Amino acid sequence: MHTPHLDSKTPAGPLESKWQRYCFDSKLIAPHNKRKYKILVVGSGLAGGAAAATLAEQGYAVECFCYQDSARRAHSIAAQGGINAAKNYQGDGDSVYRLFFDTIKGGDFRAREANVYRLAEVSSAIIDQCVATGVPFAREYGGLLANRSFGGSQVSRTFYARGQTGQQLLLGAYSSLVRQIGLGAVKMFPRTEMLDLVVVDGHAKGIVVRDMVSGKVRSHAGDAVLLCTGGYGNVFFLSTNAKGCNVTATYRAYKRGAYFANPCFTQIHPTCIPVAGDYQSKLTLMSESLRNDGRVWVPKKKEDCAKPPAQIAEEDRDYYLERKYPSYGNLAPRDISSRSAKEACDDGRGVGPGGLGVYLDFADAIKRFGEPVIKERYGNLFDMYERITGENAYKQPMRIYPAVHYTMGGLWVDYNLMSNLPGLHVLGEANFSDHGANRLGASALMQGLADGYFVIPHTLPNYLATVKPGTVKPDAPEFKQAEAEVNERTRKLLSIKGKRTVDSFHRELGLLMWDKCGMARNEAGLKEALKRIPELRAEFWSNVFVPGEGEELNQSLEKAGRVADFLEFGELMCLDALTRKESCGGHFRTEHQTPDGEALRDDDNYAFVSAWEYVQGGEPVLHKEPLVYENVKLATRSYK
Amino acid sequence: MHRKTMNFTLRVWRQKSANAAGRFVDYPARNIPDEASFLEMLDIVNEELEARGEEPIAFDHDCREGICGMCSLVINGLAHGPNGSHATTCQLYMRLFDDGSTIYVEPFRATPFPIIKDLVVHRAALDRIQQAGGFISNRTGSAVDANANPVSKRDADGAMDAAACIGCGACVAACPNASAMLFVGAKVTHFARLPQGQPERDRRVLAMVGQMDKEGFGNCSNHYECEAVCPAEIKVDVIAHLNRDFDIAKLKSATVGV
Repeated sequence: MHTPHLDSKTPAGPLESKWQRYCFDSKLIAPHNKRKYKILVVGSGLAGGAAAATLAEQGYAVECFCYQDSARRAHSIAAQGGINAAKNYQGDGDSVYRLFFDTIKGGDFRAREANVYRLAEVSSAIIDQCVATGVPFAREYGGLLANRSFGGSQVSRTFYARGQTGQQLLLGAYSSLVRQIGLGAVKMFPRTEMLDLVVVDGHAKGIVVRDMVSGKVRSHAGDAVLLCTGGYGNVFFLSTNAKGCNVTATYRAYKRGAYFANPCFTQIHPTCIPVAGDYQSKLTLMSESLRNDGRVWVPKKKEDCAKPPAQIAEEDRDYYLERKYPSYGNLAPRDISSRSAKEACDDGRGVGPGGLGVYLDFADAIKRFGEPVIKERYGNLFDMYERITGENAYKQPMRIYPAVHYTMGGLWVDYNLMSNLPGLHVLGEANFSDHGANRLGASALMQGLADGYFVIPHTLPNYLATVKPGTVKPDAPEFKQAEAEVNERTRKLLSIKGKRTVDSFHRELGLLMWDKCGMARNEAGLKEALKRIPELRAEFWSNVFVPGEGEELNQSLEKAGRVADFLEFGELMCLDALTRKESCGGHFRTEHQTPDGEALRDDDNYAFVSAWEYVQGGEPVLHKEPLVYENVKLATRSYK
Repeated sequence: MHRKTMNFTLRVWRQKSANAAGRFVDYPARNIPDEASFLEMLDIVNEELEARGEEPIAFDHDCREGICGMCSLVINGLAHGPNGSHATTCQLYMRLFDDGSTIYVEPFRATPFPIIKDLVVHRAALDRIQQAGGFISNRTGSAVDANANPVSKRDADGAMDAAACIGCGACVAACPNASAMLFVGAKVTHFARLPQGQPERDRRVLAMVGQMDKEGFGNCSNHYECEAVCPAEIKVDVIAHLNRDFDIAKLKSATVGV
């Protein structure tokens, strides 16, 4: 089962002291040598922005790339709710160990213990760092930081900045990044998309990028490559991700030899605005902090679904989360809340257009605290809801439905955040390591900043100390070869001149993935998808229409390249889902459930990380990293 | 599913490249669901253009939930369009437009925002202003405990009001002088309201204003168009704050140094 490639390099010793020991044992690069190492950071979100800024502060020569027009626009910016940290400022019994345990349990025991402990351990420093960079977190009248409890947690450990926490954290990292750009320590390349990874003698030594303004393709060589390129939720077309989010950087790395871990672990967020029509381009998330004060319900009787909610009597309402999970109630973890909503709608008790929605009702909270308090807490979310739906949620319940939000899967990394390809490091949502099969609310921001500010600056030198800096130049044959392949692909996409638009393929793939590899999957459906995706891909490559030219700003071409990769990657997701014959976290296989419909995990056979190796012209090969729990006892999650 | 649809004539600025001449081109937008956003309406028009083998209209967008600041557009003469409530173009919904009307769609126009193609402009000038001083110089790992410096709720909220700026540049596009003072004022005010921002307060404002001038942005002459279009509801008070901080810093730099 264990493959030599998949050594997690987890340090020995007690859990509580692994990271401190590791940092002490780490190799250091002398200050005068740091500038000789060039680090390529792809992505400028929380992970990439924080890593680029911190590594530049330390003296490395950093180049940072993003596809947006400014580093400040990375999709981390859209996170609303908050960031967890084990500060225990509320004195409510929180601790590093509790945050660690909640995260492991929330991830349904499919994350690597030592990585998660480290995440919890550095969480406090993140808050200190953010406050020092001027992040205006919410505060109490006494001037101390405010906290709230957040999806799946029984302590108040979430720090927040209104409903715009991701924005404020990202702008904090961005301000540190621009400072380094101004100092000349980081060279920033906005509107630049990574299209390939370059591997020289088994080490990641650079990337091939396309300048999205001029369309020119060129290479950048470096001593290490950091992929901080986020998740792949847009494989579903409709998701809460930004339109530009894509799998290309990590998928290209996979095709160059990096293992892709747990691709089928995707998170469906329970509180999004329901789909309104087939023209729709994205789904909008309403922060799940709303679940602190909102009560989720559907009518008990199908015939009530079409009635205005105010006309449905209290006793005819099914507050199903409170009923099924009395101790957590409306704060049940995301996977459980999402699946419960789906079950209610599948049962014919959904509300709103198409019956794909449930109510999130603030009437009780407004009665208890008054409208001004609710406005203070969630005003911008209520405004956004009204703008999109035309409905006033102070007067009538919101309608919500689950939507694809986050991807726990990603490139496989060891304790150093290095993939199996030496030199290739993967941070934030782009890696797989910390959230297992399901991510707890307010933990994505924590992981992005942990990886960028506090982990990679300590782990990267261990790799750099083993390589001589500046040995590979962008005119090496490996770069020329990769550039030629990128150019050929562009030429091909532009020359097909078929009949279907890129988006039409993307929408079709997305629907297929949602139906067959979404909130609930089964063997028959996954096999169907595995048959259909290659057909769709073949049609794409013979019948897609991509207008315009390569050497100009060409948004259709950008989309085409990303969708081409999604059309391959979707197959890997389905294959992974098919192979994992258990239900865990965001992965619910309908064949594997308890008599009362809860997920049935199989720890005897599936307590491992699935790491997929690309094989040219053949089936991907599955490598397994066994998940060894030295500290926590695997238990069935119960939120009842 | 919702069935009410609308029809429009779009008069869109098309420009092949930075140096090419641009012009307005008319496109019909038919059967647009009234619940579609403005950008979804453009998606529908673009799908039709592509289906006819024509080049789609290039426009910037990303998060489509009003926070990333990537989308721009001047719609019927208004930056981010006739929203009524403060919001970005991506949060503008077609139900706000009259069925059958003609809609003008233009890029953000300002000398420091050169056009790249169609409706896509360069806003790197805003990044450069922030590079000049829009930060707190704090080395990662050197911070004290987050609760070591209490901040009054009033100041924290005031800082947050200013920090909400999404950097879209609508303030510049709306200003007859193409002034970026709402943007710069927001950043200066955000840091100036916090204890962490004090050590570099004077240097920051001088550096950011210096860069703003260098980029060719104009001065504020109190039209308040910026506040009217700002999707993040930044108030012109931040410009007053900016002016005051700038004057004090200027005085200090001439006397005790900053």
